[in-house]
Amino acid sequence: MIQKLILAAAALALSATTSLAATEITWWHAMGGELGQKLEEVAKTFNASQSDYVVTPVYKGTYPETLTAAIAAFRANQQPAIVQVFEVGTGTMMAAKGAVYPVYKLMADQGEPFDTKSFLTPVTGYYSDTDGNILSFPFNSSTPIMYYNKDVFKKAGLDPEVAPKTWAEVEEFSKKIVSSGAAKCGFTSAWITWVQTENLSAIHDKPFGSLDNGFGGFDTEFEFNGPLQVKHWANLKTWSDEGLFQYGGPVGGDDAATKFYAQECAITMNSSAGRAGVIKNAKDFTPGFAQLPYYKDEIQEPKNSIIGGATLWVLNGKDDATYKGVAKFFSYLSKPEVQADWHQYTGYLPITNAAYELGQSQGYYEKNPGSDIAIKQITRGTPSANSKGVRFGNFTQVRKVVDEEFQALLSGTKDAQQALDSAVTRGNDLLREFQAAN
Amino acid sequence: METKRSTFNNRLLPYLLLAPQLIITLVFFIWPAGQAIKSSFEREDPFGMSTVFVGLTHYKRLFLDPNYLQSLMTTAVFAVSVTVISMGLGLLFAVAVDRLARSAKVYTTLLVWPYAVAPVIAGILWFFLFNNTTGILPYYLASLGIRWDHTLNPTHAMILLIIAAAWKQISYNFLFFLAGLQSVPQSLMEAAAIDGSGPIKRFFTISLPLLSPTTFFLFIINVNYTMFDTFSIVDATTQGGPAQSTNILVYKVYQDGYLGLNLGSSAAQSVVLMLIVVVLTVIQFRFVERRVQY
Repeated sequence: MIQKLILAAAALALSATTSLAATEITWWHAMGGELGQKLEEVAKTFNASQSDYVVTPVYKGTYPETLTAAIAAFRANQQPAIVQVFEVGTGTMMAAKGAVYPVYKLMADQGEPFDTKSFLTPVTGYYSDTDGNILSFPFNSSTPIMYYNKDVFKKAGLDPEVAPKTWAEVEEFSKKIVSSGAAKCGFTSAWITWVQTENLSAIHDKPFGSLDNGFGGFDTEFEFNGPLQVKHWANLKTWSDEGLFQYGGPVGGDDAATKFYAQECAITMNSSAGRAGVIKNAKDFTPGFAQLPYYKDEIQEPKNSIIGGATLWVLNGKDDATYKGVAKFFSYLSKPEVQADWHQYTGYLPITNAAYELGQSQGYYEKNPGSDIAIKQITRGTPSANSKGVRFGNFTQVRKVVDEEFQALLSGTKDAQQALDSAVTRGNDLLREFQAAN
Repeated sequence: METKRSTFNNRLLPYLLLAPQLIITLVFFIWPAGQAIKSSFEREDPFGMSTVFVGLTHYKRLFLDPNYLQSLMTTAVFAVSVTVISMGLGLLFAVAVDRLARSAKVYTTLLVWPYAVAPVIAGILWFFLFNNTTGILPYYLASLGIRWDHTLNPTHAMILLIIAAAWKQISYNFLFFLAGLQSVPQSLMEAAAIDGSGPIKRFFTISLPLLSPTTFFLFIINVNYTMFDTFSIVDATTQGGPAQSTNILVYKVYQDGYLGLNLGSSAAQSVVLMLIVVVLTVIQFRFVERRVQY
């Protein structure tokens, strides 16, 4: 007992001395598993690179949990300096003017170089205010792509090097896979909301909501119950009934990855950041990577997909020394080699053009076929107002509503039109509530 | 009736002795409950930057929201099922163990085990057993021609939740029923046996009426358990889904308040939940208790 006490005291003394020497910067994040380990490594390397600041990453659970924890902490005046907030929370954070220290301002105040143009345009577009200022630091942006099992494709008599391009092909391939017994199901999908609804709309240049998908102001309304979305949801229901498609669960659809790793489903659609997990877990088969499918009769040239992932928000109420450190840390994160390393390990997009170019000059994309699928998909064509992204308040709840309506569709209580109509109506109520509260 | 008066020499001493309990009640119940009532009349942004008084808006909206009304129904179904199943089985096991002479202790220990399991673990345990990709039960159910899928089938989800919640509570009910049964005077049972009544008749005419205080107590405890303590089971198994079919009131409070950051509405919901439990308890004590034979 006494020994333990002495040990604890010693540990306390040790930590006290280090925090005396350096300013501590707390960083709340939501990266678990392989991604979390990599993130800790990034922080550790930064800490080793200088002696004035110590960045302490703290894992706070899922994205929604991290956001709510940060908000609760802010209300209790215990907030961290940096918090990682997923793209869905962007609307909430942008509305919280008094709580947030905008990144462009922070970098200017601290005299750190911060060139908006060095970032990829889809990323900056998503996280800028109406004047084009970046409010949060883009850290891990991803976009959904398609993963497929080359071995199962081979078993089903398909060419393992050819991934389905259109939804018609997804259906055709899935039928072959299921009927040949190569796998139990053709495809599954993570994130029904993000992949099969938001990105579906963007790729086909259809609005998800009015006022440029919410970028134009709080007065926006949802419009994702159009013919395209109805058609797609109705298809998913049919394919689910035929056994070609299996539901991966609500929110992130954790079962989708399991079904894919277990070779139960031959194809899955998930964030490009699922790459690290796929490579680690696909022990008995060779995974292939491809762009998301589209409907050929709806659009000739599919638009760019939209981003997900998260950015780093700086919260108000800290001292100047801390902010100085935060700015230094962000500069460090912007370095091409740091970015490229993070991007190549995780599958998140390279946030800056320089990081992408570095990867090219290293020959990384040639050595790792499929690793540039995401970046090619997000930068293809000219972005339209419909493919710039989505920005809505209360969006965590809206996504929950969409998930619920999708479940109602699959369980047969509603058809696609009814489910989407109801999602839009319920979503609009949430938007009005947000508008009233802000 | 004359009550016994205790006298204290010091006038402050009784208050001092009461203080720990009073402080705990004030800090952990009265104060947060007051806060909840206050914020149920307000609209606030998540960060607490601006607060507006909105009167009864949140309550009005709640009772116009079909999802909320459905959640009320779901809670009723859930609470009744769990209470009936866990009390019924608890009583059944208690009667069975009560009849045993030597092995009673072993069975008691085994039956009490699940109570030591935290609700969230109980939830995860059943979640794994029923997981339709990796679980063992769907595998056997499939051979019976049942395609188990609690992620999409609302009935399956509700069954899973009821099983998980009831399983944990059976132990508790069992213990109390067993204690109740053992306090039934042997002389009564023997007299009845001599008069020629069989074990079943003896159970219904002697044991059960004498168990009524225990039953009454357990009824309240079980309703409170299903209303509040089952939160972690829901969180670990269905998370209120699919399509809100297992979204019981206490979980909805959490989802709207904690995940949705709609603090006003969430506060209004917890006030309603508090009122429901208060009313239920009052009804139980006023009407049901009169018929209970102590």
